[in-house]
Amino acid sequence: MSDSETLQFRDPEKADRLTERLQTLMDEIGHPVNIMHVCGTHEQSIAKYGLRSRLPDGLSVRMGPGCPVCVTNMPEVDEAVALAEDGKIVATYGDMFQVPGTEKSLADAKGEGADVRIVYSASEAHEIAEENPDEDVIFFATGFETTAAPTAAVLTDDPADNFYVLSAHKYVPPAMELVAELPETDIDGFLAAGHAAVITGYGIFEEFVEKYETPVVVGGFEPLDVLLALERLLTFIRDGEPGLDNAYRRVVSEEGNVAAQDRMWEVFETTSGEWRGIAEIPDANMVMREAYADHDARKQFDIAPDVGESDPLTEQCICGDIMAGQADPDECALFGEECTPQNPVGACMVSSEGTCKIWLEYGGQPDL
Amino acid sequence: MSEDANVTTDDATDEETIGHAHGAGASQMQELIRERILPRFDGDSPAGGVGLAELDDGAVLPLGDGQSLVVTTDSHVVSPQFFPGGDIGRLSVAGTVNDLAMMGATRPVSLTCSFIVEEGYPISRFDEVLQSMETTCEEADCRIHTGDTKVMGSGEVDGIAINTAAVGVVPDGEFVADAGLSPGDKIIVSGTIGDHGISLLSYREDFDFQGDLESDVAPINGLVEAAMAAGEVTAMKDPTRGGLATALNEMVDKAGVGALIEEREIPVTGAVASAGEVLGIEPLDVANEGKVVMGVAPEDADAVLEAIREHPMGEDAAIVGEVIDEEVGRVVLDTGIGRRYLSEPAGEPLPRIC
Repeated sequence: MSDSETLQFRDPEKADRLTERLQTLMDEIGHPVNIMHVCGTHEQSIAKYGLRSRLPDGLSVRMGPGCPVCVTNMPEVDEAVALAEDGKIVATYGDMFQVPGTEKSLADAKGEGADVRIVYSASEAHEIAEENPDEDVIFFATGFETTAAPTAAVLTDDPADNFYVLSAHKYVPPAMELVAELPETDIDGFLAAGHAAVITGYGIFEEFVEKYETPVVVGGFEPLDVLLALERLLTFIRDGEPGLDNAYRRVVSEEGNVAAQDRMWEVFETTSGEWRGIAEIPDANMVMREAYADHDARKQFDIAPDVGESDPLTEQCICGDIMAGQADPDECALFGEECTPQNPVGACMVSSEGTCKIWLEYGGQPDL
Repeated sequence: MSEDANVTTDDATDEETIGHAHGAGASQMQELIRERILPRFDGDSPAGGVGLAELDDGAVLPLGDGQSLVVTTDSHVVSPQFFPGGDIGRLSVAGTVNDLAMMGATRPVSLTCSFIVEEGYPISRFDEVLQSMETTCEEADCRIHTGDTKVMGSGEVDGIAINTAAVGVVPDGEFVADAGLSPGDKIIVSGTIGDHGISLLSYREDFDFQGDLESDVAPINGLVEAAMAAGEVTAMKDPTRGGLATALNEMVDKAGVGALIEEREIPVTGAVASAGEVLGIEPLDVANEGKVVMGVAPEDADAVLEAIREHPMGEDAAIVGEVIDEEVGRVVLDTGIGRRYLSEPAGEPLPRIC
């Protein structure tokens, strides 16, 4: 996208008109409204552009379980650390590098001499395997459909024999269902992540809208995209209509990228698994199918993490409540004090997709 | 983790060690300096001058004859040592000359230079570094008068590290401190922001972005001299490590004022903006090596801006905001869409997942 095309979606005058429209809708609705989004990139955009300073009173937009790094469970990090300490090359996304396992992060392991590399993509991890044919190269694969599809693309394209995947991929729709069912959460509408919907298509949310009678709108990530999606959600709420809409038409279609979905489901199947700090979620962990066992790190190596003692501060961490949309980061006693990006207690403070890190990085809202 | 957030604990030995983030993150480095270094060396600051406690870009020591000596030093390591737009040699001269200029001493009297070189470092590369230092000295109109060279064993230093120091003079009381901002002052940046940090990160990661990404490393003492001649400069910093975000926060914190910055007025090249978005790194959070951010008395702001823009390195200069008496110690960023605080980056910038 060219600079001028990007700037279209950051136009202050259009933002003014949309925020006025949000105010009108809130006046018509006449009660407070809670919107949940499920994507760190949405939180980034909201925080980075100071959008909350422009939202009408009574309209709350909170992040749910939308940070794949944050919901990666501690034992999964422990597995990656154990493989690294066992002398294998472990490649992963920059966000995962400092996420604490039970006792250690991959950064700690690297500090002690393990070969841990930061990559931007599954294919970059595969290149490391090709460049080091005598080494076992493990791609510690995290992320939702947006990164699971590229991992699958590498695995279905005749990968090198020494390339293995340790999958911590997660599938978003079941997590949304879980949050919608939590008795403590009171969500009037969901803002769904545009990039995941590029793969899955927005049609995937139809069932959800019907089952939970809650509107869902797929939104993009520029500030005007977010405001537009909120406008659609408030319109549904005003009309009492649990509808589904796509406010990111320039990239998202109803059926999505069918070829990517086919590859993704050729490699992965879902299973029940623990999302860090939230709950055991049915069908929300993506594990590799038997046909890809040759490249499945869990099937090829005996991973027995020697996890040691966890940080006692971990018990005070409210990451789980934050990701369930039940608390804001500044309600945590550790936020910005004992828990900082340099010394993170919970994963929400590590990843740039994590709510706590984003709130700290972008500093919150001034009264000016 | 509780009391000593500035040190990490080596799990194997339980001994506190210095972590790499101390060098990258401004806040951690500040803690290390405040809690460990200052208590030992912080005597009274010289009357009418600037000492260690001010944590400024250099020291100002009144000599008693109407002149004050300005001293600064900096050690330079960079990976890779040769990068688009510069190299460690150019950086080592420009960085120190600029620190001196930030105190108001725009004509360095002398530079010193110490090399620590790894055994096996190619002579041809060493020559390139020296050549680059010579050229940069010419640009800055300064000379190296004394130095030292040490050779360390293989693996004991990463290729080459260079320390430089500089001395200059200013008339008593005419130095420019970080802490000089007053409400109403306009804030000027001398050119595009984020070039050095974003180009190095992109280069290190081997990203091939369209458009020219180049470090801005350059001595800017001439530009600063022109600005100071055109009007009253109340405070100055070169936004190096930690970027413009850190420099502005330090300036408002030291002066006990706030600042309101218009993000859209901050000059950022299209290439830096795009690369920053792809890497997930804010241009305002990363180092510049040839820029200055300054507070200027409101009545002089247009004249100073004009003078900077006339300088060959200042054509993109802009007034980006002003000093306010609200929000003390904080920088408010108006994004054009909404407002938020601009906070200091903590730790090493890591590219994000998606």
